[in-house]
Amino acid sequence: MENFTPYSALSGGILIGLAAILLLMFNGRIAGISGIMGGIFNASRTELFWRIAFLTGIVIGAFLFNHFKPDFYLPRRNFPVWLLAFGGFLVGFGTRMGNGCTSGHAVCGIARFSVRSIAATLTFMASGFLTVYMIRHVLGVTL
Amino acid sequence: MKLIMIALISGLLFGAGLTLSQMTNPDKVLNFLDIAGNWDPSLIFVMAGALSITLLFFRPILKRPRPLFDKKFYLSSKSALDKPLLIGAAIFGIGWGISGYCPGPSVAGLGLGNFEAIVMIGSIYLGFIAHRLYSK
Repeated sequence: MENFTPYSALSGGILIGLAAILLLMFNGRIAGISGIMGGIFNASRTELFWRIAFLTGIVIGAFLFNHFKPDFYLPRRNFPVWLLAFGGFLVGFGTRMGNGCTSGHAVCGIARFSVRSIAATLTFMASGFLTVYMIRHVLGVTL
Repeated sequence: MKLIMIALISGLLFGAGLTLSQMTNPDKVLNFLDIAGNWDPSLIFVMAGALSITLLFFRPILKRPRPLFDKKFYLSSKSALDKPLLIGAAIFGIGWGISGYCPGPSVAGLGLGNFEAIVMIGSIYLGFIAHRLYSK
């Protein structure tokens, strides 16, 4: 527990929540990253432009924050690229099939008491816990 | 134009929040998912912070007839629990537990100059394409 950072985690979470209510209150859209990423391909022009603006905002927001407060981001070294790509593939496939990810289901969906989002969140949390348990404690691999 | 400005501002807050909360550090995410090991419960606080805001404001906002800058709210109309939802969420959880990244931090990582973010974004889109082919 030596790396426990409750205050920055809570404040970061509040910023994420504010971002989600802004997008809902003004634009009527759910701040679900996988859905916004996936919608880039088959979108009309207005749909496309706000999606690109939102994703660009995330990139710039992370860049600016890290520029002024560089001690929060710690790059990971030597993680196998093939394994990362395999994980990313499952993230992409799974979030499309399950209609959402951490942001869309856990942050936005739960807030509107969507049974689907609550079920999805419990499921991906459980499978995430189980996956790390298998890798670290059954296979005994720490990457 | 107004829609685009709000989306940009919302994205800025989102990206700053992901970095401040260290969701952008895959090792921290994996240590959160490692209950049996050196568990780092910080990410519960990220969820709690975000949900404290959305739980408080989503329902009052959705009671309004429409959002401020658009004609309607764009919400999923699905309500039934079905197999694709649960299987998809389970597959996503496996990918999350392997990589340490969900989609938001993968995007934010581009702004941090993180090489892993490029791999994640590319493979996430491959996963999207694979799902499209699979569901045809």
